Amino acid sequence: MPCATFRANRAEDEYPLMKIGLFIPCYIDAFYPDAGIATLELLEKLGQDVEYPLDQTCCGQPMGNSGCNSDAAAAEALFVRNFAKYDKIVMPSGSCTHHVRDNFDAIPQTDEVRHVRENTYELVEFLHDILKVDAFPWAEFNHTVGLHNSCGTLRALRTASMSELGEKPFSKPMDLLSKVKGIRFVTPKRPDECCGFGGTFSVTEEAVSAKMGVDKVRDHHQAGAEYIVSADSSCIMHQQGCAERAGVPIRFIHIAQILNGASQ
Amino acid sequence: MSDKPVNHARAAEHFIEDTPHLQFHDERLWDMRQKRDAQMHILPEWQELREEASRIKEHTLSRLPEYLEQFEANAKKNGIHVHWARDGAEHNRIVGEILKAHNARNLIKSKSMVTEECDMRPYLAKQGVTVTETDLGERIQQLDDQLPSHIVVPAVHKLTADVAKIFAKDYHTDPDIRDPHLLAEAQRQAARPVILHADAGMTGGNFVVAETGTFVVCTNEGNADLSATVPNLHIATIGIERLVPRMADMGVFIRLLSRSALGSPITQYTTHFRGPQKGGEMHVVLVDNGRSARLGMEDFWTSLKCIRCGACMNTCPVYRRSGGLSYGAVYSGPIGAIIDPTFNERKYSTLPYASTLNGSCTNVCPVKINIHEQLYKWRRVLVQHHEMPFVKREIMHMAGKLMGQPKMYRAAIKATEVSLSTMPRFVLYNWLNPWGKHRENPHPVKQTFNDWYRKNRETAAKPAAAPETKK
Repeated sequence: MPCATFRANRAEDEYPLMKIGLFIPCYIDAFYPDAGIATLELLEKLGQDVEYPLDQTCCGQPMGNSGCNSDAAAAEALFVRNFAKYDKIVMPSGSCTHHVRDNFDAIPQTDEVRHVRENTYELVEFLHDILKVDAFPWAEFNHTVGLHNSCGTLRALRTASMSELGEKPFSKPMDLLSKVKGIRFVTPKRPDECCGFGGTFSVTEEAVSAKMGVDKVRDHHQAGAEYIVSADSSCIMHQQGCAERAGVPIRFIHIAQILNGASQ
Repeated sequence: MSDKPVNHARAAEHFIEDTPHLQFHDERLWDMRQKRDAQMHILPEWQELREEASRIKEHTLSRLPEYLEQFEANAKKNGIHVHWARDGAEHNRIVGEILKAHNARNLIKSKSMVTEECDMRPYLAKQGVTVTETDLGERIQQLDDQLPSHIVVPAVHKLTADVAKIFAKDYHTDPDIRDPHLLAEAQRQAARPVILHADAGMTGGNFVVAETGTFVVCTNEGNADLSATVPNLHIATIGIERLVPRMADMGVFIRLLSRSALGSPITQYTTHFRGPQKGGEMHVVLVDNGRSARLGMEDFWTSLKCIRCGACMNTCPVYRRSGGLSYGAVYSGPIGAIIDPTFNERKYSTLPYASTLNGSCTNVCPVKINIHEQLYKWRRVLVQHHEMPFVKREIMHMAGKLMGQPKMYRAAIKATEVSLSTMPRFVLYNWLNPWGKHRENPHPVKQTFNDWYRKNRETAAKPAAAPETKK
C-alpha cells in the first residue's frame, strides 16, 4: 500500500477503486524516471491502490518486434508472474501496451496470461476510459505544447482519430490535457507522421530514423511549440536526441508529468 | 540473380545525404497523400468502398481458378488469344514467340510492373526487338537504366535537371532545360515517330473482368491507348490476381484507384479492351510468377488484393526518405516489403525491417491489406528461416535472456547509467554507436525509477509472485 502521507488530499471517493499493478518500461526506468514517478503519483492522487512489483524488467516488445519472438518468452513469463494478481495493469507507454495486448504470444496462452493481456492499459486510456477522470485540479502548465501521438497509441490503441481514415476527430490525450489550466496547443503540419523511433529500427536504419526525428521536432518547433508532450517516452528519447544534435530549441515532457501538476 | 541481402539502410543513408532530392521526394509524395485525403473527405462512403473492394478481392482470390477459366472462355469468345505463363521465363518466351510470328521488331509499351518482374526488356533485346516505353516516367527510367522507383510515378526520385541531363544524352536536347513542359515536349517529339512505326504494342492491365472476358487499363498520359491501338498487334501482360468477377465491380475499384494513387477522382483514360481492332490481333498473357504460391501463404495471401495504387508508398515516412531504388527490388515501399520476400527470401530479408511498423500504410490501402501486420509477421518468418544477420540475432537472444532475470537486468541498467555519465564523448559517439551518429544519447539520471521506488515506497514493495527461474 502506498504510504499514508501520499493518501492524503486524494479524491478517492470519486473514482472506482482497483488494485493496480504499475509497469514502468525499461527506458522510463533508466532515462525518464520522472515520468514514472508522475504516473505513480497521479494514480495515487486519483485514489488508486497502486503497486510496483520490484522485479519487473521488460514486456518483451523489442524481441517480438524484431521477429525473435521465442526470445520474448522469458520477459513475457516474468511479466505475467509480476502482474497476474492485479485487477488492472497500467503503464505510461503505448507501444508496450500494444505489445502486451496484441502480440504477447511467445508463451502459452493460459488463463493468467489472458487476464494480464485483457487488463493492461496505457495510462491515457486508463484515465480516460476506466477512471473517466473529469478534472486535474492540481495541474497547471503555462506553456505552448504540441502533442505527439506515438504510432502505438494512435494506430494500435486508437486513442485518437487517424488522419488516414477521415474519422470524426477525437483525441483522448487532448481531452485530458485540455483540463489542465494555462496550457496552449499548436498543431504541426504532419501531426500523424511517425517520428522514426521504431525500436531497433532506430539503430538498424539509423539514417532514416534520425531524419524522421529531426523533421518531426522541426515541424513542432515551426508550429510554435515550446514543448512536445507525448504518452510515449521512447519517442521522446529519440526526438530529444535528434533535437539536441540538430540544435532545435524545444523541450520534452511526458503527459503524466503535466497531468500530475508539473509546471515545466 | 545474387542472393546477397539488399542493404536498404545504406542506400537510404546515401539518398538522405542529397538534400534537394530528398526534400522534393518527400514533399511531392506527401502532397499526393494529402490530395488523397482531400478526395476521401469528399466521399462519405469511402470506408464502405474500401470494405467492398477488399471483400470482392478476397472472394475472387478464394475462387481464382474458376474466375480465370471464366475469363479465358469469355475472352476467347471476344476473339482474344489467351496465354498462361507459369513464371517470368515462360512469359518472355510467349511474348517473344508472338512477336516473332508477326515479324515484329519494334515494340512500344505502356507501364507494366509484371514485365519488370519478368525482366522482359533484356530478353527481348537479345531477340533483336527494340522496346520503347511510352509512359514518360517509365521512359526516363528506361533511358537511365533504372528500375521504376515508384509503381505509379516511376521517376519521382528525379529532379527536372536529372531528366534534362538524360534527355540531352538520348534526344540531344539542351541539358540546361529547367521547364518540365519543354522536356515533356521533347519526349513527345521523340516518342510519336516510334509509336507511328511500331510493329506491336504492349500494355499491362489494371483489372480483368471474368464475366465479360475484357480488361481495363487506366493511365493519365493516354500512352497505353496509343500503344494498344496504333499497331495492329496488342499484347497485354497481366498478373492473375487482377481479376474481378463482374463488370459492376469496376464501379468500386475505379472510384478508389486514382483517388488513392494521385488524389484525382479518376485517371484521364480508363479504357475497356473488349477484343482486337478490325484486322488486328489481341493477346492476353496471364502471369503467375509466384502468385499461386503466395495465395497458399496463410499470413500473406491477402497481399494479392493489391491494385498497385502506390498509396502505401506515398504515406510511408520511410519510403519518402529512402526512395524506391533503395529497396533494390521491382516493388518498393511497404507493399514491396511484403511481396518481395516471396520472390527471394534471402535477398529481400532486410525489407520487412525497413519500417517502423507505424501502420499508416494499412490505413490508406484502398483494399485494406494489413500491410504493417504482415511486415511484423514477415520478421517472425525470416528469423525462423535464419534470415536475420547473426550478430543481431545473438543480441536479441542475449537481451531476451537478460529480460527474464531481474537481478542481472538491474546490474546491466546500473552499468549503462555509469557509462553514460562517466565515458568521454568520443567513446560514446562513434561508429560503434549508430544511435549517436545523428542523435544525442539519453541523459544519465541520478536514480532509476526502481531506485526511487525502493527509497520512497519501500514499505509497499513486494517481491515477484514466483521466484526467478534459473538460466
